[in-house]
Amino acid sequence: MPAVQETVERVKRIDVDQYRYGFETLIVSEKAPKGLSEEIVKFISQKKNEPDWMLQWRLEAYRRWLTMVEPTWARVDYPKIDFQDIYYYAAPKPKKAVSSLDEIDPEILKTYEKLGIPLREVAMLEGIEPKVGEEDPARRKIAVDAVFDSVSVATTFKAELKKAGVIFMPISEAIREHPELVQKYLGSVVPTSDNFYATLNSAVFSDGSFVYVPPGVRCPMELSTYFRINERNTGQFERTLIIADKGSYVSYLEGCTAPQRDENQLHAAVVELVAHDDAEIKYSTVQNWYPGNSEGKGGIYNFVTKRGDCRGANSKISWTQVETGSAITWKYPSCILRGDNSRGEFYSIAISNGFQQVDSGTKMIHLGKNTSSRIISKGIAAGKSQNTYRGLVTAHRKATGARNFTACDSLLIGDKCGAHTVPYIEAKNSSATFEHEATTSKISEDVLFYCIQRGLSQEEAVGLVVNGFVKDVLQQLPMEFAVEAQKLISISLEGSVG
Amino acid sequence: MALLEVKDLKVRVEEREILHGLTLTVNEGEVHAIMGPNGSGKSTLSHVIAGKPGYEVTDGQILFKGEDLLEMSPDERAAKGVFLAFQYPVEIPGVATMNFLRTALNAQRKARGEDEYSTPDFLKKVREVSKSLNIPQDMLKRGVNVGFSGGEKKRNEVLQMALFEPSLCILDEMDSGLDIDALRIAADGVNALRSPKRAMVVITHYQRLLNYIVPDVVHVMSKGRVVKSGAKELALELEASGYAQFEDA
Repeated sequence: MPAVQETVERVKRIDVDQYRYGFETLIVSEKAPKGLSEEIVKFISQKKNEPDWMLQWRLEAYRRWLTMVEPTWARVDYPKIDFQDIYYYAAPKPKKAVSSLDEIDPEILKTYEKLGIPLREVAMLEGIEPKVGEEDPARRKIAVDAVFDSVSVATTFKAELKKAGVIFMPISEAIREHPELVQKYLGSVVPTSDNFYATLNSAVFSDGSFVYVPPGVRCPMELSTYFRINERNTGQFERTLIIADKGSYVSYLEGCTAPQRDENQLHAAVVELVAHDDAEIKYSTVQNWYPGNSEGKGGIYNFVTKRGDCRGANSKISWTQVETGSAITWKYPSCILRGDNSRGEFYSIAISNGFQQVDSGTKMIHLGKNTSSRIISKGIAAGKSQNTYRGLVTAHRKATGARNFTACDSLLIGDKCGAHTVPYIEAKNSSATFEHEATTSKISEDVLFYCIQRGLSQEEAVGLVVNGFVKDVLQQLPMEFAVEAQKLISISLEGSVG
Repeated sequence: MALLEVKDLKVRVEEREILHGLTLTVNEGEVHAIMGPNGSGKSTLSHVIAGKPGYEVTDGQILFKGEDLLEMSPDERAAKGVFLAFQYPVEIPGVATMNFLRTALNAQRKARGEDEYSTPDFLKKVREVSKSLNIPQDMLKRGVNVGFSGGEKKRNEVLQMALFEPSLCILDEMDSGLDIDALRIAADGVNALRSPKRAMVVITHYQRLLNYIVPDVVHVMSKGRVVKSGAKELALELEASGYAQFEDA
């Protein structure tokens, strides 16, 4: 079978390339010692073979960080973090090699099944490798198919992106290959001094994505599609930078509906978006980190700074997020509407169950004339969780004709959870038009009984009602993820009703 | 064997007994009307048969096709063929009626161990059924009962009844909130579903509905019991003389 043979060859070649590429500059040690110091920052920079300017940038951030204190204003409660008790560098650990689906935890397989993720993709996501001399033909087929798919699809994508002139690579590579772009834009939206966690990220960021779309180019694919297949280990301090040059368009999806397990408890990512004149960026997130166990122990702390800068006239940035995981979420994807007639959007579904705590929302900062923004936030609290929407809408003196529409809806399931809405609204000129709507409701027994009388189980009924509640936001997601996200929402709420 | 047998049923809600030993037998193909004044326990009976939470059965039993209904969860009862047409159908924003119908029908089929409908098969079926009931396709695209008029909500109940093909339909105060035209349309829909394999229990205050849905048996309920049963003429008698004669019973 020549096709298969060719694939195997290709895979071999790629493995060899990656090996050479990845290891020629690496020092033997895998992990830096615990704690943070100038030495560690230097170590990380050296490990990544960074130019001196990058090291200096990190060090400046580190020195700034030493003078800062953790923010305490969010409505979340957790034991104080000992920042000297954390590893700040660990080489991306390859997933434990498994050669067939049989070796994967059946619980995890069940979740994939509920999400409707095809087995072939499960094989990829779980990193199944073909075993030489494997006897069972069924098993072998899965493994070979998986490799065939991921390699060929990824290769096609790369060629297509290159043809369009889109730069899409790990930020660690971009620092070396496109220093002029990285130097120009890194920290220009979220400065190193921005806030405690963003500053920490600037000092120690591990890796992330870099995207540059040249003028007038419409990115030929959803970068989500690519990502799904190339899910990479970016570490706990992810750094993403996306630039849409004049008149360009790009849609990017971060994360995965599949369960994400990670040994690192603290995650502090920074995402910066820059949209020039007439450009549009659509950024979607599905976050499904480990939320902690049924007693509220463990779980990821997710302290993220995401901000987009509508730098040019008529530019547009749209954030869509589905947040179902993490023990603590502290996250406010924001838009700076600097260019005249620019537009910012924020669509959010935040689900909390068990002992999860969510404090999330957005900031729409109107600076340019006739700028507009729209916020649709759907918070769902179940179990003993606390779910807060915190949002700022502000129009500066010169932002004449600024408009905002905000709708914040909260849904409570059960009587031990809480939903909170904390809007900040500031208009510094009289021509701004701001509308704010907010509702809080409890999932009604009558509605549930109606569904159950029609044959749905209690959990199916909750899933259906909640999916109806969040429909406006789900529609904003790229198609293939909307379906999965819908299922994810139902799974996240399992066991939430009596 | 009777389709539904309610035997000496006693039901409490928060320490207060509402049904004090109610007995009722319904056979396949029969239409029974249950009439009675406010507070006589008519709606409680319908809720207990469907399995609504909040009611405590302290005595008696309900057999459905010979099986103990009280042992089944409400969704199991639905899959077995118990359908309750609600007095006030709820609104479910964001859930398209079409999607709701499909989810429910497939849930029932799955529970019975039957194959779930594929999307094209389901669409074909729902189009057929809605056409036979003169229900516009447009209604199926809207959120479940969201912004529906009283008449549309009841027609949506009839549509579900037609689609799920239950063997027992309980119509709880179907006439409430309907003008005479809407009532006639809804009743026509119900009449079209009468069949020798299906029984109906029609709960109502007024004789009016029974002009359109003509029952085989009429029961009068008062203070948590069936106090009188008879043929359809009993309803007319009641219309003339009122419920007062049973109040002191």
